[in-house]
Amino acid sequence: MLIKRPFDLTDNDVTDYALYQRRRDFLKTLGGMALLGAGGLPLLAQAKSPFSITDEPTPYEDIISYNNFIELAQGKTAPAKRADKLRTSPWSVAVDGECAKPGKLSLEDILKQNPTEERIYSLRCVEGWSMVIPWLGFPLADLLKRFEPTSKAKFVRFETLYDPEQMPGQKDRSYDWPYVEGLRIDEAMHPLTLMATGLYGKNLPGQNGAPLRLVVPWKYGFKSAKSIVRISFVEQMPTSLWMATVPDEYGFYANVNPEVSHPRWSQRKERRIGEFRKRDTLMFNGYADQVASLYSSMDLRENF
Amino acid sequence: MQIREPYFSKVFKPVVFVLALLPLALLGWGVWQDTLGANPIETITRSLGEWTLRFLLLTLLLSTLRRATGWVQGIRLRRMLGLFAFFYGVLHLLSYLWLDQFFDWAEIWYDIVERPFITVGMLAFVLMTPLALTSFKAAIRKLGRNWQGLHTLIYPLTALGVLHFWWLADSKARTDMPLIYTVLLAVLLGERLWRWSVPRFSKIPVTH
Repeated sequence: MLIKRPFDLTDNDVTDYALYQRRRDFLKTLGGMALLGAGGLPLLAQAKSPFSITDEPTPYEDIISYNNFIELAQGKTAPAKRADKLRTSPWSVAVDGECAKPGKLSLEDILKQNPTEERIYSLRCVEGWSMVIPWLGFPLADLLKRFEPTSKAKFVRFETLYDPEQMPGQKDRSYDWPYVEGLRIDEAMHPLTLMATGLYGKNLPGQNGAPLRLVVPWKYGFKSAKSIVRISFVEQMPTSLWMATVPDEYGFYANVNPEVSHPRWSQRKERRIGEFRKRDTLMFNGYADQVASLYSSMDLRENF
Repeated sequence: MQIREPYFSKVFKPVVFVLALLPLALLGWGVWQDTLGANPIETITRSLGEWTLRFLLLTLLLSTLRRATGWVQGIRLRRMLGLFAFFYGVLHLLSYLWLDQFFDWAEIWYDIVERPFITVGMLAFVLMTPLALTSFKAAIRKLGRNWQGLHTLIYPLTALGVLHFWWLADSKARTDMPLIYTVLLAVLLGERLWRWSVPRFSKIPVTH
């Protein structure tokens, strides 16, 4: 990036990876001390989001070099190589549909009005691998509420940038671009649902969906639309790009579910990147306590 | 083209042998240097699978080359390359059973039954095994005319290998490589079909 924008420089931007790790070690030590005496507790509580998991994060290098982002390129390592074509400044997001105050927000406005926090989430890919990612982001609900969705807004539709010059993967005409994903409105408003702008205290790299991507930790990774340019409140369930391309493999809900198999990948286990043995996949990716009630009346085999 | 003896058997063939081990050496080097990416097990399994397919196609290419160019010597590499296909196939299967599934037989059985691409891959491996086991002189002599019949299994098993690759990739990954292998297989099988259906055009009798 040639031009440094002042608005995206936060305290977190200057934290390099080594320092970041040391900070985590420091916090762990504090945690240990907190067990002995209550002295360290206030500091510890300040640094961690209650939504974060405590698993060791996947190394930064792995998170930015192993990506599914077919809009940039097919394959796992190619998206990172093509990411320099993506221009994330200027960037704006159009919000329209069933809401009282539709409009267009610049990235600067969004970042100014939505202070980011760190959320360490596990990301489970439908292909059977997972990562632990320290995202920087803000609750999607905070953004959506500003547009005052009406009672007709049953779903939220997300659209990725469509520009084959910036996203060479979109030259492949076998997909019906742009990339579309969707959530039910209650899923979109859930406190776990994050709009991410960074990871490991840095700006989000292009291959990870810069400058704005969705993170829905209890769903498979493909539900998290990347490089979002349009958010629409809609009455009908949107058809995602994957639903349109391979309807028998990809449904709308795509909740992480070890009981419901995919035609090509068993979902009972997963390999966490960096680990040798597979581990059991947890229902709703471990967030069952927080989200299971959203689906209490649904057959998740039917609504996969 | 003709490579003079003893250079063919003393130099050319050993060089091909060493080259055929190169993919494995590169994977070993990659493990050692940690350059196989974030998911090395996936890289290893996929790479070994692709090399199995490449060696099967190379094996089929040798007879086609002979008929097209008259290079008879190539046939003397056929058994070696065929055995390398089996060698990489065994390693591919092992990396799936061990590195990927860690000998979780229940999961493996479930995969074979539930996932068509695994079913087809396993079937291809099962068909490849008797060919490898009967590739030695004593077996060739003992089987006589049946040997040729048995070894025509290389056609369906290579086709199953290509299908295995297609079904794995489907629309969620690269489809350019499966397409390339399909075209190569179509050319190699098409040539045989052509020679078989129009024998009078072929100067050299059809062999596999």
